[in-house]
Amino acid sequence: MMYFAPWKIALIALACLASVIFSIPSFFPAATVATWPNWLPKRQVNLGLDLRGGAHLLLEVDTSVVLRERLEALVEGARNELRQARIGYTNLSVSGTNSVAVRLRDASQTEQARQLLIKLALPVQSASGLGFGTGPVDMEISSTADGQLRMTLSEAALQERARNAVTQSIEIVRRRIDQTGVSEPTIQRQGADRILVQLPGIDDPERIKRLLGTTAKLTFRMVDVGADPNAPAPPGSEILEGDGAQGRSDRYVVKRKVEVAGDNLVDAQAGYDQRGGMPVVNFRFDTVGGKRFAEITQQAVGQPFAIVLDNKVLSAPTIREPILGGSGQISGNFTTASANDLAVLLRAGALPAPLKVVEERTVGPDLGEDSIRAGLISIAVAAVLVVIYMVLAYGLFGLFANVALIVNLVMTLAAMSLLQATLTLPGIAGLLLTLGMSVDANVLINERIREETKLGKSPMAAMSAGFSRAFSTIVDANVTTLIKMALLYALGSGAVKGFAVTISIGILTSMFTATVLVRLMMVTWLRQRRPTLLPV
Amino acid sequence: MYKLRLIPDNTNYPFMKGRVIGLAVSAFLSVISVVLFFYPGLNYGIDFKGGIVIEARMQQPADFPALRNLIGNLDLGHAALQQFGSPNDVLIRLERQGNEDAAAQRAADKVRATLQQSYPGTEIRRVEAVGASVSEGLFRDGMLAMGLAMVAMLIYIWFRFEWQFGVGAIATLVLDVTKTIGFYVVTDIQFNLVAIAAVLTIMGFSVNDKVVVYDRVRENLRKYKTLPLRELIDKSINETLNRTVNTSITVFLSTLPLALFGGEAVSEFAIVLLFGIVLATSSSIFIAAPILLFLGENRLRRGQPSEQPEAKAAAQRP
Repeated sequence: MMYFAPWKIALIALACLASVIFSIPSFFPAATVATWPNWLPKRQVNLGLDLRGGAHLLLEVDTSVVLRERLEALVEGARNELRQARIGYTNLSVSGTNSVAVRLRDASQTEQARQLLIKLALPVQSASGLGFGTGPVDMEISSTADGQLRMTLSEAALQERARNAVTQSIEIVRRRIDQTGVSEPTIQRQGADRILVQLPGIDDPERIKRLLGTTAKLTFRMVDVGADPNAPAPPGSEILEGDGAQGRSDRYVVKRKVEVAGDNLVDAQAGYDQRGGMPVVNFRFDTVGGKRFAEITQQAVGQPFAIVLDNKVLSAPTIREPILGGSGQISGNFTTASANDLAVLLRAGALPAPLKVVEERTVGPDLGEDSIRAGLISIAVAAVLVVIYMVLAYGLFGLFANVALIVNLVMTLAAMSLLQATLTLPGIAGLLLTLGMSVDANVLINERIREETKLGKSPMAAMSAGFSRAFSTIVDANVTTLIKMALLYALGSGAVKGFAVTISIGILTSMFTATVLVRLMMVTWLRQRRPTLLPV
Repeated sequence: MYKLRLIPDNTNYPFMKGRVIGLAVSAFLSVISVVLFFYPGLNYGIDFKGGIVIEARMQQPADFPALRNLIGNLDLGHAALQQFGSPNDVLIRLERQGNEDAAAQRAADKVRATLQQSYPGTEIRRVEAVGASVSEGLFRDGMLAMGLAMVAMLIYIWFRFEWQFGVGAIATLVLDVTKTIGFYVVTDIQFNLVAIAAVLTIMGFSVNDKVVVYDRVRENLRKYKTLPLRELIDKSINETLNRTVNTSITVFLSTLPLALFGGEAVSEFAIVLLFGIVLATSSSIFIAAPILLFLGENRLRRGQPSEQPEAKAAAQRP
């Protein structure tokens, strides 16, 4: 126990040296480190949002909207099918939370209607992706003898649909954030329907929240010219508000049928109108969208169509000539910034369901800097206090413990840099606590050596006994702490996780510094000085 | 070389004489803490209750009556405004905004916009808005973490020691945790996610201390086969007293600067830890050891009338 082979000594020295080297980048500003040659270690401690500033947003996907949309599509589809087949019906509407009901005028047509309506069922996309033909579908139809039909969506299909909506939302959120140029964003799913977004270093979370809070469902639809915007909308149309632009009539009757949708866009860029110099958004369709757009603009020259974003009419220009090139321009009530944001949204695509922010934690960069400064001062003062006390209490052996303590601090920092663990404000508190807790091991050892010395043991025997007897206690103390920190990490969130990580790493490294390193120092000293009495 | 010894060597304080008083005082304080927990109750932070905290730095010293008026007029329920740090810094707390999750976010945006409109140049340094269901989830997880930690400690100590030690450590832990909760009520420090970390850390201190004392008790049980348990526990506490005190002091010294310079959120955390360090140290001596004496009398000790075979085996284990 008290003998160190030369290779062991070399290994210990190497470990200490490596931790010093790997902790160095963290003491310099990131810009300086970036200019270093590549052979130098460059990984810095990853600062949490509370220290570097940034926004932590927890978003919730409103999956009920996906369900509602599916139900509305069923109503719309049923209307078309029944009309085309000239089957008379009444009371076609969403009924309850997951079904659509309709009553046929002639109950004898029930079976015919059922054959038509079952076509509206969609295959459930199973995980294997094999939902074709014979696979399960998302609804079933029940009927009564008096001509009442009910289309009910299955629970499994709804869950599948909601899950897909969340997965898709994450993708869209990622694309939107990438478009804004935020560096190193973290976007991950949390629970069934939540998305955690962490954006380091942004000082204007408002814009991001606006971008994420917009569904950005863009549709091109025809305006129902014959209808009065102030009367109830005729079937197949709906009344939509404008976005208050241009001081014109703010209500439009718009056909429900979508001619072209935002899915068919391949590009969108903010620009300026060539005549008035107003901000506009220029867009380009893909082949399918371009063809479709050309068709409707050919058919409907002289008629107005509406560009609808999230159920608001951005503009309703009249088609002057067929647009065949597959590209167009949206003018509306834009500023340069809002035109730019809309372009970002259109490029990234629409969210399948609205997102709402259910938790926000934003820290400005200045506050983060203040926290870092407060943390550094605290660490410095704490280190000085503990170092002084250890020397006062244990003399030379206290000094050994102090060396171990400093090495432990450096090693924790190096380990955190290498593992890319995040240092948060509570994490700094954790660093301080490990400062106190790591010397606990040395207190135990020193007290034990002292006792053994008083029992009349020789210095070497006392030291050996001190280390071996104290060791199981040290392990006990550290294992209990590690268990608790693991629980805190598993169940805590955000900055508190950083506390658990920092303490855990600090405890593990202290097992090395407080026992192995200190033992090496003591043994080396003992061999050189050969004292008859230990200075404890 | 001069050595600082706060506790002289070879002390022989008869701690076990004060066991009844110690336990009684501890139990009394814990009962009061439990009462305080129900009335007036913990000051739950927004993590656990939902709500909004906004930290703003004005360009001039904050005019609190005007600010109260401004924010009061937004119709967002009770708003607590508080100065901290410099006179330019304002901390605004709003209560939970109903049961809808997104409401907290809307309210936060409203306050933020109003502040920046009425006082141009105001720097919004920190915003935390936690929706109702999110906070309920965080609370559930926090309580689960505390409960599981307690169980994990019980299991660990049970494996490492005889059952009397496990029961003693857990009973002490319960007493310590209740008092920590009581401390939160009395000081009105916010009970939030960081508080869970604080409670778990204090549990850590407490168990560590107990492990050290119990380790020594067990060692002495093997060493002094005929010494009555009461004297043996006293001896063990005295032998480990220097370690207990020195460790507590080093942890105390390392936490103290955080309480002094750590800034609003962290200094509260540090204050609770300081309390916990004192608590854990005293409970090792005055609570955990006496409980062991009560439970272990006639069981852990050899040569006593009502000796039990398993206990004998336990005591003789090498």
